[in-house]
Amino acid sequence: MQPKKITNTMMKKRFRLSEFLAEKLITATAFMSFTFIVLIFIFVFRETLPIFSAPDEIAATEELGEQETYGNIVLTDAERAVEEKQNKSIAAEEGVTAKNLAGDRWQPISGKPKYGLLPLIIGSLKVSLIAVLLAAPIGILAALFTAAFAPKWAKEALKPMIEILAGFPSVVIGFFALVVLATFIQDFFGLEYRLNAFVGGVALSLAVIPIIFTISEDAISAVPKSLTEASLALGATKWQTALKVVLPAATPGIFASVILGVGRAFGETMIVLMATGNAALTSADPFEPVRTMSATIGAEMAEVVFGETHYNVLFLIGSILFLFTFTLNAIAEIFVRQRLMKKFSGN
Amino acid sequence: MTITKRKILGTIAYTVPAFFALVIVAIVLFVMTYIVIGGWDSLTMDFLLGSPEEGMTKGGIFPAIFGTFLLVVIMSLAGVPVGTFTAIYLSEYASQKSILARLIRFAVNTLAGVPAIVFGLFGLGFFIQFVGAGVDKTLYNDGMLHWGQPNILWASLTMALLTLPVVIVAVEEAIKTVPRELREASLALGATKWQTIRKVVIPNSITGMLTGGILAVSRGAGEVAPILFTGAAYFLPHLPSGLSDQFMELGYHIYIMATQSPDVEATRGIQYATTLVLLLLTFALNFSAIFLRYRLRKRIIT
Amino acid sequence: MYSHSYTTMKTTEIRLKTEGLNIYYGQKHAIKNVNLEVFTNRVTALIGPSGCGKSTYLRAFNRMNDLIENTRVDGQVLLDGVNIYDRQVDVVELRKKIGMIFQKSNPFPKSIFENVAYGPRINGMNDKKKLEEIVQRSLKQAALWDEVKDDLGKSGLSLSGGQQQRLCIARALAVDPEILLMDEPASALDPIATAKIEELVYELKNSYTIVIVTHNMQQAARVSDYTAFFYMGELIEFDETKKIFTVPAKKQTEDYITGRFG
Repeated sequence: MQPKKITNTMMKKRFRLSEFLAEKLITATAFMSFTFIVLIFIFVFRETLPIFSAPDEIAATEELGEQETYGNIVLTDAERAVEEKQNKSIAAEEGVTAKNLAGDRWQPISGKPKYGLLPLIIGSLKVSLIAVLLAAPIGILAALFTAAFAPKWAKEALKPMIEILAGFPSVVIGFFALVVLATFIQDFFGLEYRLNAFVGGVALSLAVIPIIFTISEDAISAVPKSLTEASLALGATKWQTALKVVLPAATPGIFASVILGVGRAFGETMIVLMATGNAALTSADPFEPVRTMSATIGAEMAEVVFGETHYNVLFLIGSILFLFTFTLNAIAEIFVRQRLMKKFSGN
Repeated sequence: MTITKRKILGTIAYTVPAFFALVIVAIVLFVMTYIVIGGWDSLTMDFLLGSPEEGMTKGGIFPAIFGTFLLVVIMSLAGVPVGTFTAIYLSEYASQKSILARLIRFAVNTLAGVPAIVFGLFGLGFFIQFVGAGVDKTLYNDGMLHWGQPNILWASLTMALLTLPVVIVAVEEAIKTVPRELREASLALGATKWQTIRKVVIPNSITGMLTGGILAVSRGAGEVAPILFTGAAYFLPHLPSGLSDQFMELGYHIYIMATQSPDVEATRGIQYATTLVLLLLTFALNFSAIFLRYRLRKRIIT
Repeated sequence: MYSHSYTTMKTTEIRLKTEGLNIYYGQKHAIKNVNLEVFTNRVTALIGPSGCGKSTYLRAFNRMNDLIENTRVDGQVLLDGVNIYDRQVDVVELRKKIGMIFQKSNPFPKSIFENVAYGPRINGMNDKKKLEEIVQRSLKQAALWDEVKDDLGKSGLSLSGGQQQRLCIARALAVDPEILLMDEPASALDPIATAKIEELVYELKNSYTIVIVTHNMQQAARVSDYTAFFYMGELIEFDETKKIFTVPAKKQTEDYITGRFG
């Protein structure tokens, strides 16, 4: 009888090997991804720890530590040997105190190394501020144009342009800034320094514009049609609707885009490394060279001795960058989520 | 408000945003034109296939092209399968309440905003100092460095981590485009979950997955910060012969030539041409991604 | 609530049966204590206003509700006297024997041939000859063969809506099920295509036990032997179709079929 057959075949839970393996493999891989991400947190912060331990411990570990270094760009071997000795003795004497880190001098390679982070923080803030001040109006207004006014052909021409801009490797933008932009800006403003915070900021804005544009455009397009139609039905013109209804409704998303833009500007390395001049100054003048936190890591990490104080301080800078961008992302996410919640509750 | 005033304001409100949109177009075209013009003359077959000569003031960039290629290949081999499987886990296996899934989502979101240079630090602290040095100590223990130093493997793995969020997000998006009805049809026919994933979910999202993979590769090909101290070399007389060798890379080469070269002005042509090559490479990747996405959209509509 | 009033029916064997079936979606109590019997080689129609739970109920028979998170099932669904919610039951094997046709036709974006061959292929059938046989037989059973026999290589999506739905029926038949669950199979079709599906259901009931959900009362009256009326998750009345549509026992049923609500 056929009916019996059904219940017979179905009443035995089968073991399917491929099914079992696929599930285990996929879950294990997912777990692995997560583990690596956690490891990033752990290992970046871990290397900063020696800074906070007692100075003599640092000295002790250094003596056992390896002496290998990489890259011979700045110092000769003889010079380095001298520096190392000095560094060690200094580290042994003073350690890296909070006072040292809060200082306004960044001179890690000198007889008396100074690890003042202030000029680097100022540098990062200065360049990021210039970049976002330039990129925000361009990105937001272009997004408004694309989402609210542009005819279809203009939209279709503009979007690939943004994708191309977003696809520019940062080293290409850095190169362009270094070779073309710097000269142009120096001639135009009659500046003393060819490479400075302003050049870096302008170059950096090229990397920030796509982020601000894309997220703003998303936010503006997400404003419910019913809202705009209501406004138009009341006799408002298209631009009145755009400025008075659409823009305010999209504000949280636009705000989030700017925050993410700041995060990108703050963490970007190659552009500022190539275009800002890299002098650790603490001035407010936008036309003087600056050294940013990211550029400091990029320029110095290849030349430090592993396990040395300088190495640990560079990791500390990395941790600060990490925490800062993490916070900015979290804030942006809250804004985006708020917008989504509004959108859903609004309908 | 009078009609004329309103008209004037309207024109302003329209033209100002339009102007800024135009600014973006102008920037893109300007940068591209400059680099194409600057690099075109130096872009010869000899340049593409030759090695740097005379203290890198002459010759070609073949080692850097080769190194970039190798970097991208190893990175993809490591990152794309892991990212794809993770995305499949998130969308097909994890339940809504799964803690692992939530943790992964949170971690991926966090990771996406972490600066590239921080990945470099991780590569240094974890791959080189922890894994590499550990391997040297346990396997060789001869006081020499084998794996505990920058090399192409560590650089590629660092880059793979950087691109992991890109892959995960893109593949998950691609899987989301497969209608629930198709999964149900397959399951209702007595297909198992894995059969359904293999025969329905993956074939129907493969274009989207490819797009994600290509975008990740293009991101990897363009980033320099993570490899500054995990494996890229200033100059190497020979191509890398194993995973523990350092390598030359296009982006790093541009950076070095433009900032550290003994005679920066004399090598401008080389710098422009190298930049042009890198730009063309990333464009080719991005355009193929855009093209695939365009085809995908068309298929969804029909 | 519900009472057996069909003692006079000429019943065949009971194929499917639910006893005290409750289904919850999170907090929502979607199906409330439903007892019902489905007879072999008969067509049973589930009717009721939208949201009454009839589709949810249908999906309990092949455990498709398992796929929706936060679903909880209480009570028993008996297939030939065996509870399919028993822990021992292999859902994959169960679904091979209980085919399902969905509201929206959902052919795979593959050729007509590959759509029908999908089920046999996942069961490990790779013999080209045999596959061809199965495809031809299934398409004939689904009354689609004559329309598509010359372009089996064409995409299933290139067919018309009614043809797509018949393709889905052929695809389900190719796995050799004994029971067919149909979830409003003609709701998206025009009258001519609907008529073809109904004709097909009438043909198929000779070899299959069929449960069909429909919001179209004329359709239920035309194709089914038995009709169950659901309202707000409860089974209000179950009887022979001709009785339900002529002398319903419950006021609610009468109101619904005469169009006074729903």
